[in-house]
Amino acid sequence: MNGFPWITVLTLTPLVGGMVVLGLGERRQRWARPVALGASLTALLVAGVMWSTFDPGTAAVQWVERYPWVPTLAVEYFVGVDGLGLLMVALTALIVPMALLASGQVRERVPLYFALLLFLQAGLFGTFTALNFFHWFLFWELSLVPAFFLIKFWGGPQRGSAATQFFIYTMVGSVAMLLSFLALFLATGKFDFLEWAELRRAGDWGAALSARLGWSSLSPEALSGLVFLGVFLGLAVKVPVMPLHTWLPATYAEAPTPVTMVLTGLMSKMGVYGFLRLLVPLFPEQLRCWLIPLLWLAVLTIVASAAAAFAQRDLKRMLAYSSINHLGYCLLGIFAALRLSEGVLRPELERAAALNGVYLQMFNHGLTAATLFCCLGFLEQRAGGLRGLEDFGGLRKVAPVFCGLMGIAVFASLGLPGLNGFVGEFLVFKGAFALVPWATALAALGLLITAVFLLTLLQKVFHGPLNPKWARLPDLDAAERLLLLPAVALMFALGINPQLVIRMTNETVLGLIRQLEP
Amino acid sequence: MRGVVAYLWLIPLLPLLAAGAIAVLRQPQRALAARLAIGSLGGSLGVSLIAFFSTLGAAGPGEAERVYLNFPWFELGGATVRLGWVLDPLAAAMAVMVSLVSLLIFIYSVGYMAHDENFTRFFGFLALFAAAMLGLVIANSLLLLFICWELVGLASYLLIGFWYHKPSAAAAAKKAFITTRVGDLGFLLGLVWLYAETGTLLCYDGGNGCLEQSALAGLVTQTTVAGLGVSTAIGLLIFCGAVGKSGQVPLHVWLPDAMEGPTPVSALIHAATMVAAGVFLVARVYPLMDADAANLPGLSTALAVVAWVGVVTAVFAACIAVAQTDIKRILAYSTVSQLGFMMLGLGVGGVAVGMFHLLTHACFKALLFLGAGSVIHGVHDEQDIRRMGGLRRPMPITFATYAVGMMALAGVPVFFSGFWSKDEILHAAHGWTVSQAPFYLGLLGALLTAFYMTRQVCYVFFGPNRGGQAAATGVHAAADAPRATDSTATNHGRSPHESPPVMTWPLLVLAGLAVAVGFVGTPAWPWLPAYLEGQGATFAWGKLFAWGTLGTMLLSTVVAGVGIGVGWWLYGRRPIERAADPDALERWRPEVFGLLRAKFHVDEFYEATFIRWHGRWAAGCAWVDRWVWGGMVLGVGLVAQGLAWLSRWFDEYVVNLGFDAACERLTQGGGWTARLQDGQTQNYLKVLGVALAVLLLLLTWGGSS
Repeated sequence: MNGFPWITVLTLTPLVGGMVVLGLGERRQRWARPVALGASLTALLVAGVMWSTFDPGTAAVQWVERYPWVPTLAVEYFVGVDGLGLLMVALTALIVPMALLASGQVRERVPLYFALLLFLQAGLFGTFTALNFFHWFLFWELSLVPAFFLIKFWGGPQRGSAATQFFIYTMVGSVAMLLSFLALFLATGKFDFLEWAELRRAGDWGAALSARLGWSSLSPEALSGLVFLGVFLGLAVKVPVMPLHTWLPATYAEAPTPVTMVLTGLMSKMGVYGFLRLLVPLFPEQLRCWLIPLLWLAVLTIVASAAAAFAQRDLKRMLAYSSINHLGYCLLGIFAALRLSEGVLRPELERAAALNGVYLQMFNHGLTAATLFCCLGFLEQRAGGLRGLEDFGGLRKVAPVFCGLMGIAVFASLGLPGLNGFVGEFLVFKGAFALVPWATALAALGLLITAVFLLTLLQKVFHGPLNPKWARLPDLDAAERLLLLPAVALMFALGINPQLVIRMTNETVLGLIRQLEP
Repeated sequence: MRGVVAYLWLIPLLPLLAAGAIAVLRQPQRALAARLAIGSLGGSLGVSLIAFFSTLGAAGPGEAERVYLNFPWFELGGATVRLGWVLDPLAAAMAVMVSLVSLLIFIYSVGYMAHDENFTRFFGFLALFAAAMLGLVIANSLLLLFICWELVGLASYLLIGFWYHKPSAAAAAKKAFITTRVGDLGFLLGLVWLYAETGTLLCYDGGNGCLEQSALAGLVTQTTVAGLGVSTAIGLLIFCGAVGKSGQVPLHVWLPDAMEGPTPVSALIHAATMVAAGVFLVARVYPLMDADAANLPGLSTALAVVAWVGVVTAVFAACIAVAQTDIKRILAYSTVSQLGFMMLGLGVGGVAVGMFHLLTHACFKALLFLGAGSVIHGVHDEQDIRRMGGLRRPMPITFATYAVGMMALAGVPVFFSGFWSKDEILHAAHGWTVSQAPFYLGLLGALLTAFYMTRQVCYVFFGPNRGGQAAATGVHAAADAPRATDSTATNHGRSPHESPPVMTWPLLVLAGLAVAVGFVGTPAWPWLPAYLEGQGATFAWGKLFAWGTLGTMLLSTVVAGVGIGVGWWLYGRRPIERAADPDALERWRPEVFGLLRAKFHVDEFYEATFIRWHGRWAAGCAWVDRWVWGGMVLGVGLVAQGLAWLSRWFDEYVVNLGFDAACERLTQGGGWTARLQDGQTQNYLKVLGVALAVLLLLLTWGGSS
C-alpha cells in the first residue's frame, strides 16, 4: 500500500501516451509512431523495474495499491501483482512494442491507430493487475473496444463481419460472466477476488447464494453451478475452448497483422488468466464436478484444432488454429491440476509441474505466436497481400535470413527443446500425465499434428524450387531484423534457462495449489 | 576419472560453440567455417579420448565404474529439476566412436562439398549435429537425452533438406522429422510416466536415479493395463523412440528417403551415428528394459519385443536391399537391416553384444557411404549402379577401401570386424531360450547381406563401364543428380576419376578401423564386452574353439560364403552389358523382384491409410468447424436476428399500430367535437332551437302524466 505506485504508473503510461498521440492530429502524423513507441517502451521499462524488484519468494500480491472508490458497493481501486500477474504484465510490455514496430504499413488515420493500440495496452495492463472485480471487468471490456475498432477500420476485406462477430461473441460471454459475478456480489457483498477466494475456502457459499437468491427456488448446488457456468462461458469464449472458438480464425485472419499479434499474444491470455485468477480459486468444486467433460473438451481443443490447422490454406488461418491448439495445452494443465489425487505418488509435484507448465506456456505462446504472425505480416507485405499456403515456394533462396528467423519461431512453436516452447509443454505433459494419463496420451497426438502442419508450412513456403514470381522478393531489412532478433534471442534464453520465468511463478503456483486443497 | 567428469561438458559444448559461431559467418568465409567445425571436433575427440582412457584403469569387479555430475536446471514446486553428465564405459566408447567418425567425415566433407554454395551453412549444421549427438551420449538424465535426441532430429532435418530447392529433399526432410516424431511421442510419454513413478529422470543419482535398483524395484511390482508390468510398459514406450530414430519396422520408411541429403550426411547421420542413437538408448535404459527379469538376462518381455522387432527389421530390410539400384539406397536399407541386428543383439545378448556391432558397423558403414560418395563424385553425380561398372580401374583406392567395407559388412571371416560382431549376435541368438526363430532369421539376414553387397560391388566396380547410357525407365527419383546446381548435362562423356586425397585419406583410416575394431571383441579376447560390463578381459585361444562358438562361426562363414558365391555367380560372372538390361533376379522371378524393388509397398500403404486418414480427419475437422460449430453460431445469430425482427414487427404493428390507431381515433373524436364548435351562429341557434323544442316537448309530456 505504500511506496511508489508502480502499477498505476504502468497502466497510465500507455493511456497518456495514447492521448498524446491522438492530440497530434493528422498533420503531425509522422510523429505518431515514435511517440507511441516511446510510451510503450516506457511501459516496458516500468515492467522491467517491476520484474527486477519482484520478490519471488512469496505467493502474496505485491505493489498493492488500494483505495476505496464506491464504498457502498464495495468497489475499490485495488491493484497488485503476483507471479502470474507479473508474467502477463511483462508479456504485454514486450508484445505491444513489437506490434507497434510491425505497424509501418498503416497509412490511414495513423494517430487514431496508434492511440487505439496504446489504449488496448492500458486495458490489458489493467486487466492483469486488477484485484477487484469492478474495475477488472471495466478493463476487461474496455480492452475489447479498441480491438473492435482496430479490426473494423484497418482489417482485411471481411473486417466488418469479423469485427462484429468478435465483439458480439465476447460480449455475450462477458454478459454471462457479469451476471454470475453480480450474483456473487449479492451473496457476499464483496467484489474482491482475494476475499472471495478466502470466503470460498472458509465455507460453502452455496448457502449464502441461496439465502440471497432464494427466489429462484434452486438448490444451493445448482445455484453455484449456474454461477460457475456463467463465469466459465465468459472465459471459455476468450481462450477459446472448442466449440466456442469460431470467432477466432476469422478475427485473426481479418485483423491487421500487428493487431493479430496482440490478439493472439495477449488477449487470448486474458481467458487463461481468468481461469487461473478466478475460476480455479473460486470454483474448484464445480470444476472437479465437471472434470471429465472438461478434460475431453481440452483434448478436443488440442487435437481438433491442430487437425483443422492442417486443412487450412490461408497461412493466417493456419496459425490461428495453431494458437487454439497451444492454448489447449494450458487448459489440459489447469484441468489436470484439479484432479483429486488418489493413487498419484507425488500430487503436489505433479500439480506444480502442470501449473508451472501452464504459466510458461502462456508466456511462450504469447512470444512465439506474436513472432510468427509478425513474420507472416512481413511476408504479406512483400507479396502484396497474398498469404496462401500454395502462393509461395523456395523463398529460402532469396530470403535466407527471413527463413532462418521464421524457422526458429516455427520450431519454437512445435516444441523443439532448446527453444522456449519445449519446457512448458513438457511440464504440462509431465504433470498432466501423472494426474490424468489417458487424456494426456490422447493430447500428445496434438504434438504430432502440430509438427505435420508447421513443417508443411516451411516446406511449401520456403523449400522446393523458387517460385519465379518472387525472384526479387527482398530479404529482411535492418529494422525488421532488429524487431525479430530480440524475440528470437528470448526464445533461446527461455529454452535454455527456463528458471528465468519459473523463478517468478513457482511460489505463486504453490500458493494456488494450497488454495486447491479440498 | 572423477576429475575428467567435471570437464565432460566440453565434449558437446565445443561443437555447439562452433555451430553458433558458424551461424553468424557469411557465405564466403568457407575455410574459417570448416576450420571451426573440424577444430572443435578435434577438441571433442581429445576430451573423449582422455575420458575413455580414464575409464580403462578403473574397471572394478562386477559392476562397471561410473561417475556422474548432476546440476540443477530449474526449480519446480518444492523440488528441483536436475540434469547431468555421466562417464561410464558405454558413454566413453560411444563418445570416442562418434567424435572420431564425425571428425573423419568432416574432413571428407571439405572435399565433397567444395563446390557447394552453402558450404558454410553445411558445416554449421554438421557441428550442430555433432554437439547434439555427443550431448546425447554423455547425458545422465533421460530428459537431457531427450533434449539432445530432438536436436539431433533437427540437425537431421536440416541436413536431409540441405538441397532444399529439390522438392524430393524438402519432402524427405519433412518425412524424416515427422516419422521419427511418431516414435518420439511414445518416448515422451514413457519419460513422463517414468518421471511420475520414480520422481526423477536422472539415470544415476547415488541410488536414487531412475535406472538404479530402488527405483526399478518399485516399478516391477506394479502392473498396468492388460497385466503388463509398469517397467515393461515404460520400457516399450521408450523403445518407440528407438524404433523411430533407428529406422526399425514399421517406422523405417524415412531412412532410405533421407539419402536425399549430401552423402557425408548419409554417412555420418544416417548410418554411423544418429540412427545408432536408438540402439544406444536401449543400451542406456537396459536396466529398465531388463527389470522384470533381472536375474535372467534377455528374458524380459520388453527385451523380447526388442529382439523380435530387430530381427524382423533385419530380414525385411535386407530383402528390399536386394532389389534396389541406387547406390545409396542399397546402403540405406543395409543400415536399417544392420540396426535390426543390433536390436536383436541387445534383445538376446545384452548391452555388450548390441554395442559391439554398433561400433564396428559405425566404422564400416561410414566407410561404405564415404566410398559411395567418392564413387558418386568420381562418376559426376550418378547414383544408379546400372550406369556405373568397371570402376575398379579408374578408382583404385576407392575400390580397395570399398571392398574392405563390403567384406566387413558381409561378414567375411577372421580379418573383418563385421564377422566378429555379427557372430556375437548370432551366437547370443542361438543361446536364447525363448525361441530359435531369431537365430535362423538372423542367418537368413546375414546371407542376404552378403548377397546384396556382392551384387552392388559387381555392378559398380566390375564389368564394362555403362556410364552415359540411358537406364531403364526411371524406377526411382533419387537417380537425379544430388546437386542440381552442377549441370547433369555435362556429366556424360567425362570419364570417371579418383577423388582427391582429402576424401581418400578418411577412407583409408576408416578401412583400417573396419578391420581393427573387430579384434577388440573376439571370443578369444572379449575385451570390449568385458570393458562395457566392467570386468577384466583375459586372453584365451581356447575359447575360440569351444564348440558353441566355433559352430556358430563356421555356420556364419558358410552363410557369408554362400551369399557372396551366389552373388558372384549371378552378377560377377556375366555382368550386364547395358544399363537398360534387366537384373539377373528380375529375369528369374520378375514378380518377386518387382515387389522387392517397390519396397513391399510400405510407403504406398501408409499413403493409402494413415496419410489419407489424416487428410480426411483434418478436412473433417475443418468442415465441422465451418458448418457445425460455425453453423450453430450462425443459427444463434439468425435466431437472434429473427427475434429482433419479431420484436420490430411487434413494435410496429402491435404497439405502434395500436398507439397510432388510438391517436387516429382521438383525432377523429377531436374532429367531431370540433365540428360542434365550428363558430357558425346559425348552427348554434339551430341546435338551440331543436333542443328547446325537445325540452318543451318532454316537459309538456312529463307534466301531463
